[in-house]
Amino acid sequence: MTDPAGRITGLVGALRAHGVRIGTGETVDAARAVEALGLADRDLLREGLAATLLHGAAQRAVFDPVFDLYFPRGVGGPDGGPTDRETLRDRLAEALAADDGASLARLAAQAVDGLGGYGSSPRSDGWSAYQTLERLRPQTLLARVRDDLRARAGDGAFADRLLDDEIRRRIEEFRRLVGAEARRRVAERRGRDEIARRGVRPTADRVDFLFAGRDQLAELRRTVQPLARKLATRLAARRRRAARGTVDLRRTLRSSLSTGGVPMRPVLRRRRPVRPELVLLCDVSGSVSGFSDFTMLLVQALHDQFSKVRVFAFVNRLDEVTGLLDHGRADPEGLGARIRDEATLTGWHGSSDYGMALGEFAERYGAAVGPRTTVFVLGDARTNRSDPNLPAVREITRRARRVYWLNPEPAGQWGTGDSVAPAYAELVEMHECRTARQLGGLVGRLLPV
Amino acid sequence: MFTSVDDVSARLAETGYLASPAVATTVFLAARLGKPLLVEGPAGVGKTELAKAVAQVAGARLVRLQCYEGVDESRALYEWNHAKQLLRISAGRDETWDDTRTDIFSEEFLLPRPLLTAIRGDEPTVLLIDETDKADVEMEGLLLEVLSDFQITVPELGTVTATRRPFVVLTSNAGRELSEALRRRCLFLHIGFPEEELERRIVRLKVPGLSEALTESVVRVVGALRAMDLRKAPSVAETVDWARTLLALGADTLDETVVRDSLGVILKHQDDIHKAAAKLDLDAL
Repeated sequence: MTDPAGRITGLVGALRAHGVRIGTGETVDAARAVEALGLADRDLLREGLAATLLHGAAQRAVFDPVFDLYFPRGVGGPDGGPTDRETLRDRLAEALAADDGASLARLAAQAVDGLGGYGSSPRSDGWSAYQTLERLRPQTLLARVRDDLRARAGDGAFADRLLDDEIRRRIEEFRRLVGAEARRRVAERRGRDEIARRGVRPTADRVDFLFAGRDQLAELRRTVQPLARKLATRLAARRRRAARGTVDLRRTLRSSLSTGGVPMRPVLRRRRPVRPELVLLCDVSGSVSGFSDFTMLLVQALHDQFSKVRVFAFVNRLDEVTGLLDHGRADPEGLGARIRDEATLTGWHGSSDYGMALGEFAERYGAAVGPRTTVFVLGDARTNRSDPNLPAVREITRRARRVYWLNPEPAGQWGTGDSVAPAYAELVEMHECRTARQLGGLVGRLLPV
Repeated sequence: MFTSVDDVSARLAETGYLASPAVATTVFLAARLGKPLLVEGPAGVGKTELAKAVAQVAGARLVRLQCYEGVDESRALYEWNHAKQLLRISAGRDETWDDTRTDIFSEEFLLPRPLLTAIRGDEPTVLLIDETDKADVEMEGLLLEVLSDFQITVPELGTVTATRRPFVVLTSNAGRELSEALRRRCLFLHIGFPEEELERRIVRLKVPGLSEALTESVVRVVGALRAMDLRKAPSVAETVDWARTLLALGADTLDETVVRDSLGVILKHQDDIHKAAAKLDLDAL
């Protein structure tokens, strides 16, 4: 801990690389906080730096691993020689049963040291959390820890039916500790700036929909409700502003007669409050399903902002899923699976075909689109070399108030391979929408009021 | 105000507010660095209570500005007392206009609202700006001058600067994203649901009559409910309510009947109650 100022600026740099906006003023505050708190207690230091540097609760997920790299618990491997797998498992079972955080951390360090090392030449070696957990397999300790606890406490207590979940949470915590420890050891070898930028997962709202893993999608699903609430306030503000309409010339002139023909007070045209209608066309094929599921949930959560929301899903055939979504509120995880089970989405083959699906929509559900309807199409416009069916899109644009296309691929990849995005983009307004953050911005801006 | 972080925890605990290390550290820093404190978190975790406890500890006066949609300058900063000004004008008939004009824009005719009250006082003050996210975006602009320089500019009077900086706490439910400018001027504190150990202490403190075994079971069940994907996760306030209910029902252990009958105290949506009942293996409700 030689140079606190260097550590702090390094930490700030790494956080900035992850998109946390920190100004110089906050960095100075952080340094003052370190001065006031001292370096003796690491947990106080962590809280103090978080209070001065962060601006939102979501940033904490990035802050904690980065902090662990710049203000590590220790240096080098744990004391004592290597421990073999069976001893580690025994001790881990004990620590899990006792819910002892300090000893879990110690065991994580020993596990990474004993089981996680790979490579032998100085350039290619390192420590892997994945390898550690694969060899240790902490999840298989569940039954053993449970039986142990049951035997000790005697059964019968009501809260014991929660035991499995509690142990699972402790195991999850242990996995997290192993990940942090492996990152720390690798950072010692490769330089912490690089690991802090590459090895720390970005916050869920900045993860590409196309590459998000299962738990990241689950994390995103939990943000649907708060995000919807924020968007609703934003829409309400836009609606308030839009209610002040343009100048009504005829009535302004009429009222100017009382002031001798001088228009002292302009009369504004009053807008009739009409709740707009929304139609969503979602590609739910494997490649983009994470993106469509999230967007569907978000629109469903916003449904009270619109007079009518209809949602259609397609792969190469199209079906209405509005009803499924309604019941889906209680169980958002199962939504995607249920849509694929209960709706008719595929015909002869299983790959997506935009031309076919859009044609079917224009033909069967054309009446769903009227002059008050805004249509959103969600998908990557990869139509597997079949006909893009541009006339159908033209027909939909002709009927609707606005049509937008949200594409989860980076704009640079539009038109590569079997993507027909540029052809569609000529007919409808297409936006790149790769992350939840981008989606929030677009939805707040594009949704009709 | 405080000498160390432990001092903060100890003194807050005396008033009945049990602070987590994060809360204590941030309060200590806010007092030490003289910066406002922005507190976010779900409803019912004690954001407003924190401000009250700090006021009590510091022996300070608590000035509270409750924000709502449409709160404006005249509700938050100051307002001229028009009726009194009119009386003054009609009372002094033989004065020159210049005298009257300088007189009616003096402090006597100024009605201070919470922000000005907090800035002007000489005694220690805790200023609580509650539910900042409910106020309009324009209101945040007004707050900026107060939060960064602790001063308020009244065009007719000049700038009023705080002789003694108030300890400022802003709370927000994250109903709307607060502007970056406001966040930059504050220390940020997110109060989440407490750790099991802390929550047990809170229940023990608030509901002293409850047996130790029952306290532990209550906290464990609430912890499990929070891990589920519910529409409204139970907060500390609900835990305490539930503990009080169990005490009133005279239960000495948790069992299916007791939980089934009192689940409505902690969960406020029918969907949630069904989901929790399935999870806890309760028979159909």
